[in-house]
Amino acid sequence: MTVLQDRALVALVGGVLALLVVASIVGWILGHRITSGPGRATVDNINARIRAWWIMALIFVVALATGRVVSILLFSFISFLALREFVTLAPTRPGDHRALFWSFFIVTPLQYYLIWIEWYGLFSILIPVYVSIFLAIRTTLAGDTEHFLERSAINQWGLMICVYFLSHVPALLMLRIPGYENQNAKLMFFLVLIVQLSDVLQFVWGKSIGRRPVAPAISPNKTWEGLIGGVGSATLAGAALWWATPFAPYQAGLMALAITMMGFAGGLIMSAIKRDRGVKDYGAFIEGHGGMLDRIDSLCFAAPVFFHLTRFFYMP
Amino acid sequence: MIAAALAAGSRLICGASVRWHCDPSVTKQRIYFGNHSSHLDFVMIWSALPPRLRRSARPVAGRDYWERGAVRRYLAGRVFRAVLIERGQTGDKAGAQAAIEQMAREMGDQYSLIVFPEGTRSSNGLVGPFKSGLYHLSQLRPDVELVPVYLENLNRILPKGESLPVPMMSRVIFGPAFAANGGDKAEFLLKAREALMQLRDAR
Repeated sequence: MTVLQDRALVALVGGVLALLVVASIVGWILGHRITSGPGRATVDNINARIRAWWIMALIFVVALATGRVVSILLFSFISFLALREFVTLAPTRPGDHRALFWSFFIVTPLQYYLIWIEWYGLFSILIPVYVSIFLAIRTTLAGDTEHFLERSAINQWGLMICVYFLSHVPALLMLRIPGYENQNAKLMFFLVLIVQLSDVLQFVWGKSIGRRPVAPAISPNKTWEGLIGGVGSATLAGAALWWATPFAPYQAGLMALAITMMGFAGGLIMSAIKRDRGVKDYGAFIEGHGGMLDRIDSLCFAAPVFFHLTRFFYMP
Repeated sequence: MIAAALAAGSRLICGASVRWHCDPSVTKQRIYFGNHSSHLDFVMIWSALPPRLRRSARPVAGRDYWERGAVRRYLAGRVFRAVLIERGQTGDKAGAQAAIEQMAREMGDQYSLIVFPEGTRSSNGLVGPFKSGLYHLSQLRPDVELVPVYLENLNRILPKGESLPVPMMSRVIFGPAFAANGGDKAEFLLKAREALMQLRDAR
């Protein structure tokens, strides 16, 4: 089934494009109103973000429209870029070289190949069990014991976050939900849309009324006002989109609540790692957004939880 | 076409962000000199150059390595158009002299060179002392400006002794161009190395 045959998906895509058009117009007006002072930098940043949103939305929609293979390829490429940023920050040593080579060029493609052939059993344990064991062996064989425990943990967690967690987004295409056959692209759309909406709404609520930081030691920009306002409004948006999902309206709202809470936690966790490594962004891949990992941190942590909630409650 | 694909491929693996402290649009002849820690070094400098400069930039490399096997010979000869020099023994004055003269000759009046004045790859990512080749080259070609290029993280992407790369973010920083204008050998080499170290510290 293609995008054009599914009216709910057409409505979702149309809605997102309409949102982006509105955002672009608002950004354009702001750009003409505010020409100097500290507000100018914020406006420039917002406009850079909106431009990047257009590109990301178009890539995502094209991937959904062209089908399973392209979606899987897109997310494997995102995993590759994210892992590249993660490993760059980690204090690896020459003894990790071979294990890292395996992570990038064998493990990552294999994980996504398992989605392609729909082997759920191996997909769900490949990285946590087999790769975890194998990489530990490979690193041990390299014979370098300096910071061994840290380095092994870093390699393993990098793969978990950047590849294993993220691969649960296209893995949604594997689920067989009665009465919802061949419509799973909308589940992916729902997940990504709610995560991103929640990020944007938390930013907007936080910028306008945010005062009390949630975790000042990790991220001074995340406030209780932003969290409650963002999560609340994204949950409502999720409930309002129930028609695109196999869920009832209240269930769609609860799913959106789980997604946004996990997304918020993911953003905090990744900020804590950045703090630990003494950097502000993971990279400069996307203008206005920092690196790839800065953009997908919430998605990585929301995807597996959404996947398993859906699988547990909606698959026979 | 192979050149463009190779440049794109190495940028993907090395996720390089490129920074310029000199004018990248100037097409004058230049000598780019960088720190050497990986086989990828000259490929990275080469692919970081805008296509117009890339076509006229030739890396200097060891003949013994690049003439082994058909693929390497093809890459060195047709894609990079490398200036292949004999790597002599330490203390072989005549051989070193011949190599420098060959570089100056092959530059002609249109090519730039990419050189690594440390002479060999560092195994720990630190920048070693410069050998005197860069000085003698600049004596032969005083008309050509020198550009320091600092390469960051490439020793982690493809360290000495490994044959397969691990993707990471790297950085290529082109420093301000400067003229050689004669002077004492030791002083010149120190100055050149200092120019490179400043790029590392200023990032």
